[in-house]
Amino acid sequence: MFEYCTDPSTLDTARWFGCYLTNGAHMLFYQSFLVVFALLAVTAPVSLAFGFAAAAASRSHVPPLAWAGKLYTAMVRGVPDIVFFLFFVLVLDQAIEYARHRISCPDWTDPIRQGANFLVCPEARTPAGNAPQWVHEAYGFALAVFTYAIVFGAFCGNVLFGAMRAVPRPQLETAEAYGMSRRQVFWRVLVPQMWIYALPGLSNIWMILIKATPLLFLLGIEDIVYWARELGGSRTSAYQYPHPDWRFWYFLGLLVFYLCFTRVSEIVLGRLTRRLSHGQATAAGEELRKAAA
Amino acid sequence: MTCAEAIQAYALRSLGIGERLLPQSEITLCEQIVLIGSGMIWNVYFGVLALAFGFFFAVALAVAKASRRWLVRKPAEWFIFVFRGSPLFIQFFMAYEAFVMLPRVGIEFTLLGIEIAAETRWFSRAWLGALIVLFLNTSAYAAEIFYGALRSVPRGDLEAADAYGLSGWAKFRRVVFPTTMRLAWPAYTNEAIFLFQSTALVFFSSFPAFRQQGDALYYANYFADRTFNPFIPYPIVALYFVALTLVIIWVFGAINTRLNRHLPAERRQRLRIRPQVIR
Repeated sequence: MFEYCTDPSTLDTARWFGCYLTNGAHMLFYQSFLVVFALLAVTAPVSLAFGFAAAAASRSHVPPLAWAGKLYTAMVRGVPDIVFFLFFVLVLDQAIEYARHRISCPDWTDPIRQGANFLVCPEARTPAGNAPQWVHEAYGFALAVFTYAIVFGAFCGNVLFGAMRAVPRPQLETAEAYGMSRRQVFWRVLVPQMWIYALPGLSNIWMILIKATPLLFLLGIEDIVYWARELGGSRTSAYQYPHPDWRFWYFLGLLVFYLCFTRVSEIVLGRLTRRLSHGQATAAGEELRKAAA
Repeated sequence: MTCAEAIQAYALRSLGIGERLLPQSEITLCEQIVLIGSGMIWNVYFGVLALAFGFFFAVALAVAKASRRWLVRKPAEWFIFVFRGSPLFIQFFMAYEAFVMLPRVGIEFTLLGIEIAAETRWFSRAWLGALIVLFLNTSAYAAEIFYGALRSVPRGDLEAADAYGLSGWAKFRRVVFPTTMRLAWPAYTNEAIFLFQSTALVFFSSFPAFRQQGDALYYANYFADRTFNPFIPYPIVALYFVALTLVIIWVFGAINTRLNRHLPAERRQRLRIRPQVIR
């Protein structure tokens, strides 16, 4: 990065660190923080959508739809999410390959499960064997995001279902008295009012989602945990920047990053709660009304 | 290998008793169920001990956080913030690296007439190191729950205690603490469930599985890698955890009933089980 970095062994401590922390590997490390943010940015809205669909389905008057919604939200209860994470990624991967196998090679006769192997025809390999490295990485990331969305969608579904039930009955009855159809009551009265009841639960899920991001490492994504382990490991003098085992300090850095991130989220969500409480028939809304009067 | 043989060989495999080699090829369903069940011993071990020790520490932390003295309150607040604000996974990694850096020394001491040679090396083993992390983590989460309950003890109860001339320790032990427990218990039940489920993370943290003596997920992962078929081992783990969760709900429900036994039926707090949370 800096021009004096050509021979790090001659530098004093401050400059040495200046060079060390800006070398190529560290730049990749800093980029991997973007992976975390990207995961959050994609997962949060998608799982909210999944959750909304699940909650709406659970309220449906069509029994199969209601069962599907309830089954989905109940699925994650009682089972550690990490099991789901490990399970879904493999299942999705195999399901995609199997589907493509059936479509692209109909006359393939060998069994797909041969003992310990899962073999599909070469055309069905996902991503293709000769695909560039970034396609493999993007595919892995997409699988991970989808897995997160499924698991957190179930959480959101649970919260939103509760929030829909928390909206005071008279509000809905009034809407019905005005002659609104079920659909209109749902979209015009229930949905706008439910958010304030859902917010505590949703902020909780957001915090959990932040704290679940290091699990990306277990799914084989080169995320911040991966790089912290890579960079922190001791380097002998064969390398340009020899140092002892510094993994502890790298993890300390990650810890501080997560603490800051959760703290900032807490403050923002607190403000948002205050904002949404305006004019609501809740204790917090009542307090705001009194303060203003 | 028949089922009986599998139980004989692998039921206590996670403790190092029984067959040394894990099943390599021709893995039967029985072997998977038995070996994963054997791994559950570790999950139960971590959960029970962390919860048992964590309970007392959490009560102390909650009282400290509610204290009016700055010097007592601040450390408790920071402890709770650090352990609740960061992922458990990172805490595991950090703790492992920190424990590895400890100097290698051994101490010998006698406890209840038994000579014990304690080594700092034990800290980098899962049975102690991971237990410490889980203990600190659950203490922080439970402390926040207890703190909330401590603050919502009805004022009338406190005034009644004052009227009876209770103060200090007697007031805390006879009035504040029982009411806090009663108020906090439903939330604490959820915390217990979360804790047991987060024990699944242990053998994915850096703590190495010593001689392939892992927990349930370690063996499930082993089978999924071996057979390339996730549809059997992971649902087995899931079922074990569901069973474990039901046991926890039953035990904590019984305690909840006891805590509420003096109240009229309609004022009793019911347990509400919420979906689990990752740390």
